[in-house]
Amino acid sequence: MGRLVLRRLLATIPVLVLVTAGVFALIHLTPGDPIDVMMAESVDATVKANLRRELGLDQPIYVQYGAWMWRLLHGDLGRSIRNGEPVIENVSRRIRPSLQLAALAMAISLVLATPLGILSAARRNTSVDRFGTTFALFGICMPNFLLALLLIFFFGVKLRWLPISGYTDPLEDTLHGLRSLALPALTLGLALAAVVTRTLRSSMLDALSEDYVRTARAKGLSEWSVIHGHVLKNALIPVVTVLGLQLGTLIGGAVITEYVFALPGVGRLVVDAVFARDYPLVQGVVLLIAVGFILSNLAVDLLYGWIDPRIRYR
Amino acid sequence: MAGSIRGSGIADRAPAVSRPSAIQPARGRRWAVLRQAVRTRLGPLGVVVMLIAIVVALLAPVISPYNPLRQDLGNALARPDRAHLMGTDNVGRDVLSRMIWGTRVSLMAGFGSVALAMVTGGLLGLLAGYTGGRTDGLVMRLMDAVLSFPPLVLALALGAVLGAGLTGVVIALGVVYTPTFARLMRGQVLTITARDYVEAARALGAPGWRIAWHHVLPNAAAPIVIQASLSVAFAILAEASLSFLGLGIQPPGASWGSMINAGRGYLQQAPWIVFWPGAALFVTVVGLNFVGDAVRDALDPRLRR
Repeated sequence: MGRLVLRRLLATIPVLVLVTAGVFALIHLTPGDPIDVMMAESVDATVKANLRRELGLDQPIYVQYGAWMWRLLHGDLGRSIRNGEPVIENVSRRIRPSLQLAALAMAISLVLATPLGILSAARRNTSVDRFGTTFALFGICMPNFLLALLLIFFFGVKLRWLPISGYTDPLEDTLHGLRSLALPALTLGLALAAVVTRTLRSSMLDALSEDYVRTARAKGLSEWSVIHGHVLKNALIPVVTVLGLQLGTLIGGAVITEYVFALPGVGRLVVDAVFARDYPLVQGVVLLIAVGFILSNLAVDLLYGWIDPRIRYR
Repeated sequence: MAGSIRGSGIADRAPAVSRPSAIQPARGRRWAVLRQAVRTRLGPLGVVVMLIAIVVALLAPVISPYNPLRQDLGNALARPDRAHLMGTDNVGRDVLSRMIWGTRVSLMAGFGSVALAMVTGGLLGLLAGYTGGRTDGLVMRLMDAVLSFPPLVLALALGAVLGAGLTGVVIALGVVYTPTFARLMRGQVLTITARDYVEAARALGAPGWRIAWHHVLPNAAAPIVIQASLSVAFAILAEASLSFLGLGIQPPGASWGSMINAGRGYLQQAPWIVFWPGAALFVTVVGLNFVGDAVRDALDPRLRR
């Protein structure tokens, strides 16, 4: 296991270097002068020149990259050109709602998908299975923003059960906090549940056709013992992988969901920074998200090796 | 991370996909593939949806009842009736006409970005798998780096610097999907170049480009086509998401995502502004998914479930 951890960590280093280079290059991909894009035409030339100097854009590109990396290695991700605050502070203020949203969505998806995926596979070609597969297809093809609007329409506008925007911290006021996160978490959770249901069903079907299942049945075990004792453990391995692979979709979905429900999270921060053409903030936040994404993928990889010993020796 | 390519099942899957080519002549195989695609239950339904979408997109100027940009403030938020079958939006524009023109944007973005990714990724994968060594390492690390960004966040960041509009979106989504094709192609090249017939061609003195063009590419095509057909639906969803956030086609131009965003403030008074483009988007994506699944089942029966 130690070797697996080391190998994965070492493989991450060149990717991290390339990711930082990519994020650095972002600002230079702008057609035309990035300063002109960031600031309105009417802005005074001296102000523009000051910003250019501050961002180091008047230097040769390799000097810029060196300086940028140097600051990065010292924990300085740059400053927003709109509010002048360091990127880290902008993000740390916004991280809590995003993490709460992701955790709730993950919980909702597992609560929904686990029984549905198991039942779909165990009762293949019955109405339960058809419901499960239709739900999965529906969830995979439904864009987050459309699902969000449907939920807003029914639960917010028609039934008036839940708030349709705004955020209360559940750690400060549990009831109101959970209510404010209910619709966003449901939006994200349903989409994730669809993918998990599909994967769980498919991997359950794989496991059900294995020889050890036939042996277990031949021993006279009840169907429930077969599924619980033999099939489920093996079927959960691909689910962990898919949950890992879905992290990216989850983050993307969170961007849209936070935007629709006006949640003050990191996703919303990205969208706001993009529209404010606050490139240093875009660079900083995107870099942080990418690093977070790489690290969580690494965690999933290692978790996978821990669950399935066959991986460790590959 | 490169090590995970083999473990991903993509390379493992390859032999089953390309093996029939050694036995059946290409034309016979193509018909068998088509027959198989038609036989799968939902495939034909998906093809019908896709064809309708393509026809609507092509004939948009002819079949659109109104100019999609013409505002009629006196007739804003009008319910669906004979004059406006799907009602009008907040500035009195015909929802049906805008939806028809939006089809064009969605399909162009979906097919355009996947085609771009297929060509770029395919070439990069071919280069990496064929040359091996440092080039392989560099190309694949680069692809890993692109994959290290959550897709929508990368598309947003690229869209932000490339500027809003269809071209920016197509390039941004093309970049996002490139690594998938590059990895797939590389895996294919590695398995195919290890085969006896490639060895034989090499022994006969065939130059590298000839082997790549005549032996590797045709045999690697099947999984690439499968991946492309599955990707188009998601590219269309991604374009709609970007347009919804305001990065796609700029107002007053019509795209499904931007129509839905514009209509969300009127959910109570005029739900049709959101409903129709939403339905169009959903049906198209479901249809393209059916097509993708049918193509995959026809080309690789082992994956059928």
